[in-house]
Amino acid sequence: MEDIAIVGAGQSAFSRSCGESIRELCFEAYKEALEGLDITGNDIDASIICSAPEYDKQRSPSGLISEYLELTPKPTFYVETVCSSSSTGLRVAWSLIKAGLHKVVAVIGFQKMSELSSRDAAERMGRGGDIIWESPFGVTMPAGYAMYARAHMAKYGTTEEQLAKVRVKNSHYGVTNPKANYRKELSLEDILNSEVITSPLKKFDCCANADGSSCIILARGDVAKGISKTPIWIAGLGAATDTMSMAGRESLTGLRCAQEAARQAYKMAGIKPQDVDVAEVHDCFTVSEILAYEDLGFAKPGEGAGLIEDKETYADGKMPVNVDGGLLSKGHPIGATGGSQIRTIVRQLRGEATEAQVEGAEIGLVHNIGGVGQYGNVTIVRR
Amino acid sequence: MGFENFGTVSFTAESKVADFITQLEAGKVMATRCRKCGGSYFPPKADCPKCLSSDVEWFEVKSKGKLQSYTVVNYGPSGFENDAPYILALAEFDEGIQILARLSRDIAEKDIKIGMNLTVNPAKLPDNRIAYEFKRV
Ligand SMILES: [Zn+2]
Repeated sequence: MEDIAIVGAGQSAFSRSCGESIRELCFEAYKEALEGLDITGNDIDASIICSAPEYDKQRSPSGLISEYLELTPKPTFYVETVCSSSSTGLRVAWSLIKAGLHKVVAVIGFQKMSELSSRDAAERMGRGGDIIWESPFGVTMPAGYAMYARAHMAKYGTTEEQLAKVRVKNSHYGVTNPKANYRKELSLEDILNSEVITSPLKKFDCCANADGSSCIILARGDVAKGISKTPIWIAGLGAATDTMSMAGRESLTGLRCAQEAARQAYKMAGIKPQDVDVAEVHDCFTVSEILAYEDLGFAKPGEGAGLIEDKETYADGKMPVNVDGGLLSKGHPIGATGGSQIRTIVRQLRGEATEAQVEGAEIGLVHNIGGVGQYGNVTIVRR
Repeated sequence: MGFENFGTVSFTAESKVADFITQLEAGKVMATRCRKCGGSYFPPKADCPKCLSSDVEWFEVKSKGKLQSYTVVNYGPSGFENDAPYILALAEFDEGIQILARLSRDIAEKDIKIGMNLTVNPAKLPDNRIAYEFKRV
């Protein structure tokens, strides 16, 4: 069953402005992913390039990145599900290997958001919704999640202070992550007193736009054992969607795409939520992490805030989550984010984390969401 | 004419449901219903994916809606800078649909309550633009 493994995982530093081209940015992640492996670029059978369009001017970036890394004449193509693009890329890579077309596939995610002003970037993200019926009202990604936050607060009594505690935790771990853009510890007061961006979300409830890249290398089991001393096996994959429009949502207190993706991934891996030793969840906003606790079954619906209140998601808690600082500390270079989350979990399971290491972690989970819950991927891996 | 004057900034104009705008200008917010299977749609659809019919009819959204959630947007994206702050809201209507729109500026933030009753009404915007918004009942 566990016949496809992650053999390499790398990422660039995530920064507000990388000062280089997208091809050079991708090289950084590619280099780290190949380091320590017994292969070269010649052994990679195909590449999948993942990003969201319109942030830089390059059209069809897969050809360009593939050329720069000298992966031609091997096939390459582009995969996009906004913020979850690179975990979608991982799903596609798994399928290509499973189908017998390829033995080793590289999944490269990138985004260079600094070529746009933050208002222009917000406009692009706003168009990652229904552009006829909703974008003309000035819908933004933070506004969408803010409506989830408000609904969760109204139904379950979740408080702004509890949301802020997610950032307190993630900023605590962000300090230790050399690849993170934001490495300052924040107090509850810092967060609660920061300016309101879209109520109830404040500046420090939100992750920052960033430049960055990630690279994950997958291989067929027999090949993986020859390439890597510590292959990390893909045990479960789940993927689902919800409506593009907010008007189509059945509920604003949880992400249906995440719930469904989690159900599939747990079933495929044959495990339960409590079997997970360490998780990376898509904390694009503080509220997103609380929704993830519930959607992944780490807490019952409505009880997610209790986990952060009791510090159960710290590295020494029952269910460590985002102990690399999360998107809130690292920054969120859309197309690179899923690969960065996977890299963190690979390092945790190998016992190589330079940030807080969860001792003896054997099963890891990655929850990566595209848009305001339009696309959800849950990936379960084991040592 | 299509959606070129819809909302603060419109991103595309052509659609088979562009009659929505004509009816909006006449004071009505409409949704579509499939004549074959009865499926109702907002945002309006010209086609019914349930039964593959394109024989749809318009109906007016007349019921009182219930506020599901809202957010006060202080930071507008490009093209919306001058609108902020504005309040985005989602409301559920008896016709079996939900609508996303802004709350009317005559509703003070302190008076907003989740679950409150709202109606959806056409809203004239500057520069001959048009949208719809939620008003208190
Ligand atoms: Zn029908």
